[in-house]
This record gives sequence, C-alpha cells and structure tokens, in this order.
Amino acid sequence: MKRGFTFPGLAFLQGLVGLAVFVGVWHLIAVSGAVPRAFLPSPEATWNAFVRGVTVGDMREQLLGTVLRMINGWLLASLVGIALGAAIGISQTLRNYLRPTLAFARALPASAVVPVAIALVGLTPGMVLGVIVFGSIWPTLLATVQGFAMVDPRLVEVSRALHLSRFGFIWKIGLPNAVPDIITGMRLSLTVALILAIVGEMLAGQEGLGKAILLAARMFRAPDLYAGIVLLGLVGLVSSYGLLLVERRVARWRR
Amino acid sequence: MSGWRGGWRGLIVPAVLLLLGEAAFRVFGYVGDTLAPPSAIFRGFAEAIGDGTMVATTLQTFATVLGGTVLGAVFGVVVGCALGFWNLLYRFAYITIECLRPIPSVALLPLSLMIFGFGYKMEIAIVGFATAWPFLILTYSAISQVEPRLLEVAKVFGFGPFQTAWKLVLPAAAPRLMTALRLCIGIALVVAVTTEIVSNPQGLGHELMIAQETLRPHRMLAYLVLVGVIGWGLNNLLLALQSWMFRHRGEIDTEVAA
Repeated sequence: MKRGFTFPGLAFLQGLVGLAVFVGVWHLIAVSGAVPRAFLPSPEATWNAFVRGVTVGDMREQLLGTVLRMINGWLLASLVGIALGAAIGISQTLRNYLRPTLAFARALPASAVVPVAIALVGLTPGMVLGVIVFGSIWPTLLATVQGFAMVDPRLVEVSRALHLSRFGFIWKIGLPNAVPDIITGMRLSLTVALILAIVGEMLAGQEGLGKAILLAARMFRAPDLYAGIVLLGLVGLVSSYGLLLVERRVARWRR
Repeated sequence: MSGWRGGWRGLIVPAVLLLLGEAAFRVFGYVGDTLAPPSAIFRGFAEAIGDGTMVATTLQTFATVLGGTVLGAVFGVVVGCALGFWNLLYRFAYITIECLRPIPSVALLPLSLMIFGFGYKMEIAIVGFATAWPFLILTYSAISQVEPRLLEVAKVFGFGPFQTAWKLVLPAAAPRLMTALRLCIGIALVVAVTTEIVSNPQGLGHELMIAQETLRPHRMLAYLVLVGVIGWGLNNLLLALQSWMFRHRGEIDTEVAA
C-alpha cells in the first residue's frame, strides 16, 4: 500500500497519456448522450463550473472551510492521540487493561457517534470538530501505542543504565523510535478527518464543500457537483501524498 | 497486536465504565433526552429486538455491506489482475488510479443519490467504490510479487493468461486477498452506516438517527453499541478465519492498515 508516484520520465509521461485518455473517454461518453447530461456533465462543463466557482462563486471559501475543519480536527486528534498513545505504549500494564477497549473504539464507525454528538451538543461547529477528533484519533493513537511498545529491549536497558526518567525515556528513546509508526497513523487519520469533515458539513449545514455538493445535487447542477467532487479528490490526493513524502523522508533518515 | 497478555484484565475497564455510568445516573437522578444509563440501554436493546426493527435494520445494513464488498471485490480483483499481467496497461493507468482513489467516498454520496435515489443501489454503489481500491491494490501487488519462476513454469506448460491467473497467481495471492477482504468489510460497514446516517433511510445508521430525532437516547445508544459490536466482531471473525485458512503457511500479513 505504500506506493505513490515515482518520476522516471517515460513512465510518468505514459501515466499522463493514460489520464488524458480517461478524460477523453469521459468527454465522448458525455457528448454521445449515452448517459443523461444531468448525471454526467462533460469535462469542459465541469472545468467551467470549477473556474466559475473559484472566481465569482464561493468555492474558495468552501474549500478553505473544509480544509481548515479537517486540519484543525486532525491536529487536535494527533496531539491527543500521540500523548495518550505514548502514555499507554510505555506501560505493559496499561496496555493489558486498555487494549480490548481501544480495539472496540477503533472498530466503531466514527460517523455512528454523530447522532450522539448532535444529541449532546447540537448542530454546532464544535460538534463537527469533536466528531472529527473522536473519529480520527484512533489510527494515530494505536500506531503510537504500537511504536512505543516495540522499542528494542536493549534500548530500554540502556535507558535504565542511564537512569533516564520516564519522561526522558519517552522524549529521547520512545518518541524517535515511534515516529515512523506515528506518521503512518497520522496519514490514515487525515483521510478519516477529511471524510468526517464532509459528513459534518452535510449533516450540520456548516459552510464547506460537503454542504456545497449536497446542494448542487439537490438542484441537479451536475457540473457544480462534479467540480466539488474533483476538488475534494484533490484535497485527498494532496494531503495523503504530502504525508507519504514525509513518511519516506523519515524512513530514509532512519537508515 | 503485539504483546497483549491481558486476558480478563481487558474486561475491567469497560465494566468500570458501565458501573460508573449507571451510578452517575442513580446518584444525580439525571433524566434527560440526550443520554441514558446502561440499564436503560439494555432496555433499549430489548425494545428494539422486541418490535423487530433491530433485526430488520441489521439485515439491511449487512445486505449493503455484502453487496458493496462483492461489487468492489469483482471490480478490484479484475482490474488488479489486468494491471498485474500487462505492465504497459499499469503504466498508462497508474496516474488515473492515483487520482481517483483519494476521492472520499462520502463525496460521491450526493451523486449516487441523484442517480439512484434512496435505497440499496445508491448505497451499494458507494460501498463498492470505497472497497474497490484496497482489492485493486492488494491484488496488483500480490501479482507483481509472484515468484517469476512460477510464471516461467506457466509458460513452459503453455498456460494462457486465464489459466495462469486461476492456477498460479490466485493461490499465491490468496493471503493478501483475504487481508483485503477483512479491511474492506470494515470499510464497507463504516461507509454503509455513514451513508445511512447522512441520507439513505434504511439500515442501522438511519435507525440511530431516528432514535436521536425522536429523543429516545436509550435506543440510540443501544444501536451505537450494536454498531460497535458488529464492527469489532466482524474484524475478529475475519482475523480468526484468516489465520485458520492460512495456518499451514506461517507468516500472515496482519498489518493494521486502512
């Protein structure tokens, strides 16, 4: 699963040609009328809707709203997840007591807590943020636990010999050791955060791309809908690819 | 899951949380329409099982999870095989795939709703989209890592691509496909419940939403617990199945991903 782009000239060009063919086929299907225009607008119509949305429409604000919501929730979840994960990871006792509870919380579909959050807090921006944090914390938390639990026993002995304090152990040995796991977890968390940001916007009517595409679909404005979907795909692509680059850099630096 | 020697200890935390919840309601006598004590949640279970809705909605969600996963598996395995066998096809397709894959599945919800309306079809389409990618990628990577000598053997025997796929590649890729299946069932459940909560009026997610809107927190929390138990149970069931199926092969890829 850890594949992404590689840039050896020819292969990249071939890939671009493939993408052009994909868009071309999309165009042909759309103009042939095999699929109703209301369901499949042409790539040009989508592009025009995108340009219109970004220049005169509020697509920029919507994009910003979604991205900020996603990043705020994700950063908060990462901070709490790493702190809790470190605390649980260094202690075999805590792990013994908490693992089944954590496994259960992780398996719970995060969107299922949305109704509970609505009942508790109401349809507010805080509720959406809370759901994003709750949902996206698990991959980072569990990866951190894993990273701290897998510290080489010899390093543990070294830290004992050096009389490192618990905090010193976390900071100087545990954390550097767990960084690759943590970043992998954070990458998965970011994907979850994006999904929950969209869900939150759709349900709580918060301003963002999620709400925008829902409205576009209700009014059968297919080009706007497609422009929104493409933009959300780009957000997903850029965020996961960015973290993949960080992940690779860290992996190289460790060797 | 490394180094868990917990046994009974793992049960203490949930038990204490339940008792604390119950005690808090008993002591403070809180009667609200947002939360309910564990005893009321048990009542919620009894109620929802008694009037038949719990079984019916669970079956609806299961049907969607199953249908969507089958759709995703067929698409992912077929395309993954094609990309694995014809390297040139892979080189032309990989950028397109990398562009389509990160589209968040919920972003397709309005589109699917517009095309199919409410019901199974729109939900299965979204679940299928979400589950196709892990199948595609794990199939592709399994094929591209098949021992090259096995493929030479296939050539010597004069196997066509279909026979090679069936007799050599699929058995070799089976452990990874099983991993894909386990990941995808989990993803499918998440996507199905999300779709039901956001719009589709059927299944567990919708029932959760209804319970919240009609101010029946005991019922809402009963459904929340049920959804969690199903997610957790399916994952463990498939893990057990996986280690049983490949018990003779040793090393299994149980990496926590998705």
